[in-house]
Amino acid sequence: MSELFSNPFYQRALAAALMIGFANGFFSGFVVLRRNALSVSALSHTMLPGIAFGILLTGALTQGSAFVGALFAALMVGLGSVAIARGNRVAQGTALAVIYTSAFAAGVAILPRLDTRQELEHWLFGDIMAVGDSDLKIAFWIGAFTLVSANLLMRPLLLTLFEPNVAAAQGVPVRFMHYLQFTLLVLSLVSSLQAVGCVLSVGMLIAPAATISLLTDRTSALFWGGGTLGAVGAVGGVLLAAWLRLAPGPVIVILLGIFFLLAWLFSPKYGVFAMRRS
Amino acid sequence: MSHEHHDCCAHHAHHHEMVIDALQVRYRNNLALDGVSFATSCGNRVALVGPNGAGKSTLLKAIAGLVPRSAGKILWRGTAVKRWSREFAYLPQREEVDWSFPITVRGLVEMGRYPQTGMFGRFSDKDDAAVESALAALDLLDLQRRQIRELSGGQQQRAFLARALAQEAHVLLLDEPFTGLDRNASRQLSDLLERLAHEGRLVVASHHDLASAPRLFDEALLLKTRPIGFGVAAEVLSAGNLDRAFGHISDVEDRAAPQPVTSDL
Repeated sequence: MSELFSNPFYQRALAAALMIGFANGFFSGFVVLRRNALSVSALSHTMLPGIAFGILLTGALTQGSAFVGALFAALMVGLGSVAIARGNRVAQGTALAVIYTSAFAAGVAILPRLDTRQELEHWLFGDIMAVGDSDLKIAFWIGAFTLVSANLLMRPLLLTLFEPNVAAAQGVPVRFMHYLQFTLLVLSLVSSLQAVGCVLSVGMLIAPAATISLLTDRTSALFWGGGTLGAVGAVGGVLLAAWLRLAPGPVIVILLGIFFLLAWLFSPKYGVFAMRRS
Repeated sequence: MSHEHHDCCAHHAHHHEMVIDALQVRYRNNLALDGVSFATSCGNRVALVGPNGAGKSTLLKAIAGLVPRSAGKILWRGTAVKRWSREFAYLPQREEVDWSFPITVRGLVEMGRYPQTGMFGRFSDKDDAAVESALAALDLLDLQRRQIRELSGGQQQRAFLARALAQEAHVLLLDEPFTGLDRNASRQLSDLLERLAHEGRLVVASHHDLASAPRLFDEALLLKTRPIGFGVAAEVLSAGNLDRAFGHISDVEDRAAPQPVTSDL
């Protein structure tokens, strides 16, 4: 084990897991409170055509072009589903599901044709062992931005999540808060691409706070606890993957899933067993 | 909330008047409210009464600024309220609240301080004191660490009222506050609203139980998209007016049949 820690790939992977795990775990608090886990999943799948689009446009694959492409695709899918649902005939969830699967399919179809060395699999499931120094820097700045802005604006953000109408009447700029959350979400998705890929990033953005929400009633605990659990799950996943000789990305998400299952079963207050006893 | 904090006016009520003037609300092509006008003042409890879909909730939300009004104006203490006023607090109907939201009673009451602290402001000692005294005034100090789902219906109403007090609101807009409360909780809430009004606040609440309205409220607005009557509760809820609002017993579905108010209430 000890020679693993002196391996620079391994060191970078652990650092990335720690930062991305914490930032995404923290942000998962918003996803859980907003009850829009499924639209996060839709959004993450749209990243694939977005990235393909970004590569087409800029000719190269950088975190920057990935972000622009992902943001573009997420906006198109998000706004498209709202526009279609406005007709009343199709529910927004239905519209979202149709559009995002189509967009994802387009991404799967186009990506092998693009002149990049990266494999499709890399985008779907990530490769945390291949994290470079520049990726680490970006993960750090995205994480720092998420934490700082979310903490500075925690109160208006929570008011917006709890009762958007009442918040607006209290003077909270509700629309700005929605856009801010959306931006932070896309940023978090982009930062976790490298580690776990666009499909599994959903797990890191939902599971930590979902687990904590079974264990606490305090809002701040949901965020900080989610961050801690996300970091523990990500770092633990990388270590466990080396031991089991499995790919780290899936192990991270499986580990987070197991945490959730345990909390669901054994939470002293909201667990299945606790409920049965009372 | 102690009396000295409250500059609203049990003694000279005429200074603190709320005037609703020709208010109209449209949802797309539906006229939800039209030509609603009435005037009342601090120290009163006003019931909004009318059949389902009469616009009671819409009127509350329009006053609170939660739905845009398409015409008319609202005057509070002589000045027109633009979109919303921080002196108004809205208390939602029970079904509209996400009770599983991980927030404690104290956290909920702290939310009331947003107009004072603003986007970036830190919570000052003054804010803490306001939260503390709001919790104390509504007898919630022992429950402040509870998650909001772990309260009884009456306690939940009090928690939202405490948030309004922490906001230093002068006008309390309550959507069906008595719905779902048992006898005891109902009586407690009624005493509480009386006290809050007596301290100089204006309480406006939608209310569907015709029989209890005159006992629980000072004034009533009978509403069916348009106002049918406004005045002292017992007088407004006369048999003739009720017939005009609810129609003859025919089209009444899920609510108690409208009955003329009798005197033994």
